[in-house]
Amino acid sequence: MSAAVASAKGVVKRFEGVTALDGVAIDVAPGRITGLVGPDGAGKTTLIRILAGLMKADEGEISMLGGPPGAALDDLGYMPQRFGLYEDLTVAENLTLYAELRGLPRGERQAVFDRLLDFTDLKRFQARLAGKLSGGMKQKLGLACALVKTPKLLLLDEPGVGVDPISRRELWAMVGELTGEGIGVLWSTAYLDEAEKCDTVYLLSEGKLLFEGPPGDLTGAVADRVIRVSGFEARRRRFLTEALDREDVIDGTIQGRSVRLLIRDGREVPDAVMLDAGPDTRIEPASPRFEDGFIERLGGGPRGTSALAERYREIPPSDTPMIEANGLTRRFGDFTAARDMNFSIPRGQIFGLLGPNGAGKSTTFKMLCGLLTPSEGTGAVAGNDLRRAAADARASLGYMAQKFSLYGDLSVRQNLDFFAGAYGLDRQEGAHAIEAMAEIFELGERMNVNAGTLPLGFKQRLALACAVMHEPPVLFLDEPTSGVDPVTRREFWTHINGLVEKGVTVLVTTHFMDEAEYCDEVTLIYRAEQIASGTPDALKARAAELSDTADPTMEDAFIALIEDSDRARELEAAA
Amino acid sequence: MRRLSAMIVKEMWALLRDPKSRIVLVVPPLLQLFIFSYATTLDVKNVDVAVLDRSGGVHAAEFMARVAGSPNFRDIRRLSSTDELEQAIDGQEVIAALVFDSDFDARVTRGEPATVGVVLDGRRSNAAQIVSGYLSAIAGSYGAELLPRRAAEAATAGSVVTNWYNPSLDYIWFTLPSLVAIIVAVAGIAITSQSVARERELGTFDQLMVSPLRVHEILIGKMVPPFLVGMFNGSLYLVIAPLVFGVPFTGSYLLFFLALSVYLLALIGVGMLVSAASATQQQAFLGSFLATVPLILLSGYAAPIDNMPGWLQIVTYADPARYFLILVQGLFLKAMPAAQVFEQLWPLVVIACATLAASAWLFRARME
Repeated sequence: MSAAVASAKGVVKRFEGVTALDGVAIDVAPGRITGLVGPDGAGKTTLIRILAGLMKADEGEISMLGGPPGAALDDLGYMPQRFGLYEDLTVAENLTLYAELRGLPRGERQAVFDRLLDFTDLKRFQARLAGKLSGGMKQKLGLACALVKTPKLLLLDEPGVGVDPISRRELWAMVGELTGEGIGVLWSTAYLDEAEKCDTVYLLSEGKLLFEGPPGDLTGAVADRVIRVSGFEARRRRFLTEALDREDVIDGTIQGRSVRLLIRDGREVPDAVMLDAGPDTRIEPASPRFEDGFIERLGGGPRGTSALAERYREIPPSDTPMIEANGLTRRFGDFTAARDMNFSIPRGQIFGLLGPNGAGKSTTFKMLCGLLTPSEGTGAVAGNDLRRAAADARASLGYMAQKFSLYGDLSVRQNLDFFAGAYGLDRQEGAHAIEAMAEIFELGERMNVNAGTLPLGFKQRLALACAVMHEPPVLFLDEPTSGVDPVTRREFWTHINGLVEKGVTVLVTTHFMDEAEYCDEVTLIYRAEQIASGTPDALKARAAELSDTADPTMEDAFIALIEDSDRARELEAAA
Repeated sequence: MRRLSAMIVKEMWALLRDPKSRIVLVVPPLLQLFIFSYATTLDVKNVDVAVLDRSGGVHAAEFMARVAGSPNFRDIRRLSSTDELEQAIDGQEVIAALVFDSDFDARVTRGEPATVGVVLDGRRSNAAQIVSGYLSAIAGSYGAELLPRRAAEAATAGSVVTNWYNPSLDYIWFTLPSLVAIIVAVAGIAITSQSVARERELGTFDQLMVSPLRVHEILIGKMVPPFLVGMFNGSLYLVIAPLVFGVPFTGSYLLFFLALSVYLLALIGVGMLVSAASATQQQAFLGSFLATVPLILLSGYAAPIDNMPGWLQIVTYADPARYFLILVQGLFLKAMPAAQVFEQLWPLVVIACATLAASAWLFRARME
């Protein structure tokens, strides 16, 4: 291996007393993809900005292309997190601007642009405003802009954010090609599945390096300890809860009808008899993932029993569906954002809305929680019609949004107080509920801290606490776990699974395909329409037929179904 | 009630939790009051005038001596031709020039009506108007002394001026009460216009709209903090005006607070409308600017409404500051009676109702 194009040793960076990077070392080799992996707030962006020369480290040695950071800018390509694009300029104008900024000679420009536009498949969109591109196309254009002058080192800060799985695969393929030309790439990401595609991975958590090396080393460490259990008698959520409460299990997730477990290091992998889950229980080895290794490094996931669910009231059984959409349609001018959405979710089920960004899943979600008035069709939450009994419908749901949508300049207690009052809990009930939430979510010490300054994991707990304090029968979750670390995500789903066992009904939008596995039923929304619905296993089975793969993942299913829908539309257009 | 009180408490915390923002709420309005009350002087002092005396007589000279003796005028330039006069006005060397015709002295001596020509610099129209007033006063008093009998007749025609309610014509008696109206408006609209837009930008507005809070509860919750801040600042001015500036408050305190509350509601309505129409804080900031400037300019504070063109005078009826300006001046200086107060109050009530209803409607309509 030749000398690193970028290397750093003992990098320390503090912000107002918070240590963002604590002695981090990294080497980026030419011709390879080096992954910088970790949840939001781990210090990825800080490290990249230090490498790019935009920020000074408090301590540590940094060498970029053989010099100090900021010296060899001509050979450095940098793509910031929120696309460094000018949204009011067209694709071609953005490229020209970057070409001028990077001092690309006028004569070479056309050839370079042609090559980049071919490479990114943006040729057709040259005249389109960058602001009107989809998330995936924006990232491709951002990449093209970073490449106007072929760099020796490319720093990519979370290029996968806001990009659907299909565009994400394309981006990877493009970057893979670049490494073939000898460019060294540093790719930062919060998606752990992306780590597996890197040549070398640096795993950051709270400013510290948890792991460095080829991703296989981390997954290899757990290789024999990942199993898939199916055929058990208990309901899958109950079974998972029980399994997670076992001493020898450190992590577990639901995968359609089966459950995936990670066994503690040095413990015997249990057999069907040990699990005691019925005569048909089958246990097979499963392929380990980067996430398994990460969770083990973090000390394992949470136990299976949710303290929140234990205190939650039992939602009375009911024959009427808890969430209903009948032909929900929403138009903005002559653009239809969602067309004829139909589904009905019975009590005690998780229903997932999946789809690429801008496909219409948020529109559908917003119509059901009363944030948007449907142009056509009706909807109901807990039997309350959205048009006629909107306030009652709202009172029966808990809502948790993607962005941290609590009051950052109020303290944790003031946030809880407000939501207790807003949902009509009287003072005594409110005080009880807040006390319970503080205990369940371990907020006790932080009650008087401004919510905005909480670490991400705690923000997420607080958001869930505010959403469930009034014990609603229905929960609406909009991308609830974006960017949080896998342990916090597990914890979150442990609570949700527990609540569902108590009869709570959940509507969730997500772009984490493994989260879709927690759903009882999902619907895939693409181009404002439902293109497929069913259990996760059923969708995977259909995708297996379509793409002829054995055992596809949820992401494979997602891509296969969308490609199938594209094909069908093209045929229709041709006919 | 529980929901509403939770909303109000939350809004109060949001406004007051940060010690810096607490200071920002009270100190700048006070500073503005002090700075503006000294800076926006409407007195015309130390101005220069010119004189073109073609008569060369004693009466003209005596008249000029009186002008020179007035504290309002600093320098008197003697001119010898109309060309010079033109230059002096054009070059803004003087704001006004007096012209005595050649028969001026003769006519005064004969006891016939005589005229003094006054050329004013119309570019500085307000100051020119005031200077013209000063000069007429001098002319009136000089004429009265010359012809006591005539003066007695003239008095019935109102040429002897007494300034009611502000006997010494102290400008601060006029500006300070007006400033209460204006500074309360600036602060009130600024605070209110941020409230909804801020939540929209941060994404918390969705969270409010999916909670069982009714629109009116959100609206009232958001109105309380700017209302209380406005009441606090208004009361502070009420204390400072007599104590620090010596401006008397002659009216009823009850009526003052009633008027202030209704005025604040109208302002909050305007601010809320701006806020509900804005998607971001920046838009709200620009929007509040867009609302505040005409609100002040059309109130009658900067220029008398009677001097505006007819169509613009109609527009001023929608300006809450127009009514409160009359109210606050009346209550400070002339113990405005309740009946007159209510005459100015009901349009404010109409404005408050209309703007608040419109913003409640916009709350829902702007949800996208």
